[in-house]
Amino acid sequence: MSFIHLSTTDLAIAAALVALLALLGPVRAAGLSRQLLVAGLRTAVQLTIIGYVLKALFGHAGLLWVALLAAVMLAVSGYEVRARQERGLRGWWGYGAGGIAMFVSSFSVTVFALVVLVGAQPWYTPQYAIPLLGMLLGNTMNGVALGLDRLTQSAWEHRDAIEARLMLGEPWEVAIAHDQRQALRSGLIPIINAMAAAGVVSLPGMMTGQIMAGAPPVEAVKYQVLIMFLIAGGTGLGTLAAVWLASRRLFDHRHRLRLERLRDRR
Amino acid sequence: MTQSSPRLLVRKLSSAVLHEVSFELAAGEIVCLRGPSGAGKSRLLRAICDLDENHGEVRLDGTSRESIEAPRWRRLAALLPAESTWWEDTPGAHFPRHPPYSPQDLGLGAAILSQPMARLSSGERQRLALLRVLALEPRVVLLDEPTSNLDAENGRRTELLVRRHVDATNASVLWITHDASQAARVGRRTLTMDAGTLA
Repeated sequence: MSFIHLSTTDLAIAAALVALLALLGPVRAAGLSRQLLVAGLRTAVQLTIIGYVLKALFGHAGLLWVALLAAVMLAVSGYEVRARQERGLRGWWGYGAGGIAMFVSSFSVTVFALVVLVGAQPWYTPQYAIPLLGMLLGNTMNGVALGLDRLTQSAWEHRDAIEARLMLGEPWEVAIAHDQRQALRSGLIPIINAMAAAGVVSLPGMMTGQIMAGAPPVEAVKYQVLIMFLIAGGTGLGTLAAVWLASRRLFDHRHRLRLERLRDRR
Repeated sequence: MTQSSPRLLVRKLSSAVLHEVSFELAAGEIVCLRGPSGAGKSRLLRAICDLDENHGEVRLDGTSRESIEAPRWRRLAALLPAESTWWEDTPGAHFPRHPPYSPQDLGLGAAILSQPMARLSSGERQRLALLRVLALEPRVVLLDEPTSNLDAENGRRTELLVRRHVDATNASVLWITHDASQAARVGRRTLTMDAGTLA
């Protein structure tokens, strides 16, 4: 395999594009300049760090080190999910609902893929385990964040209807079902769109990366299809679990709607 | 259950706004609940049907509320809130297949059940909400100003339907009203509430 190495200058020129965008009048007026620059900086710093971490990790493929990195990735994604909620759950549950859901779905799907499908020796070989988990976690995080945000917003807006249904003797599962369906739809539409548009409208990043690195296109496509299906499975399971956990938390044992468990609108 | 158990027993019921409220309703009794705005009348009804956090003793025919699943409890001690909420497209979609009373019982046309919700007046919604809550066939009916949006004639129809339901099922009613003449018509007994307690 052969590929053209990128120089620091190449990256700096690409960075100038982001800086230029941040300087544009409308972008500044929308108050996005700072966010854009901070996010750009985070991309550069975080990816550089993970590059060196992976390099070090490939040297000693210990399960402990892989598990440690996975735990850090999960903790950060739990934090990110909470940060993206307009009205998330208060307290521990603000992290917990999303965190548990992502742990259950991303980790189980990754381990399943590594053991049953990829079959590397050993199964936690970092070259496969970390990229797979990263892609699953990143996408599951999106689904979970969108699903939870929609659920809590929707429950807040429909609180009168939810309470009216409780008053008429419906159990909480029925009273919130409409909002749960909306939340699940919000969480799953991005991956459904991505699968539908793959190869026609968009060429997915992983596949293009492999091709540019010199991999045979058909082999790269096979990996991409595998990843897409895993992401769909992980995102679906993760969003389902998060929406269920969060909506359970919106009610108590006497089927009362407990909206004071949501944070105030930020 | 012993013969002497009241239909509804409320003892030392407290919540964020209620302070140790105690009273009883006999089977088939209609009792009016009166008091100034903000006294906690609506909050008392919400606490009885267990929609707000509360503590204290509530029993239905001697059976403790906590031994009954909350959704079933809310059908037995059903609340008609001051503002009704509708989530389906038509009123009919909110009703069981064979409701015990028809819209005609409250002076509404039968076709109203298939009208779009947005086209209904507040008075029509209020009457439909009463029909919807009576369709649960509750043993205790908690009414929060059920005639506030109605003219005198439809107010009377509502009073008569509640009376008819009580006569037919021996249900008990706790009825919030601001209207002294209505209280005199429908209830033999009146409870007065102020600052979260019964006077």
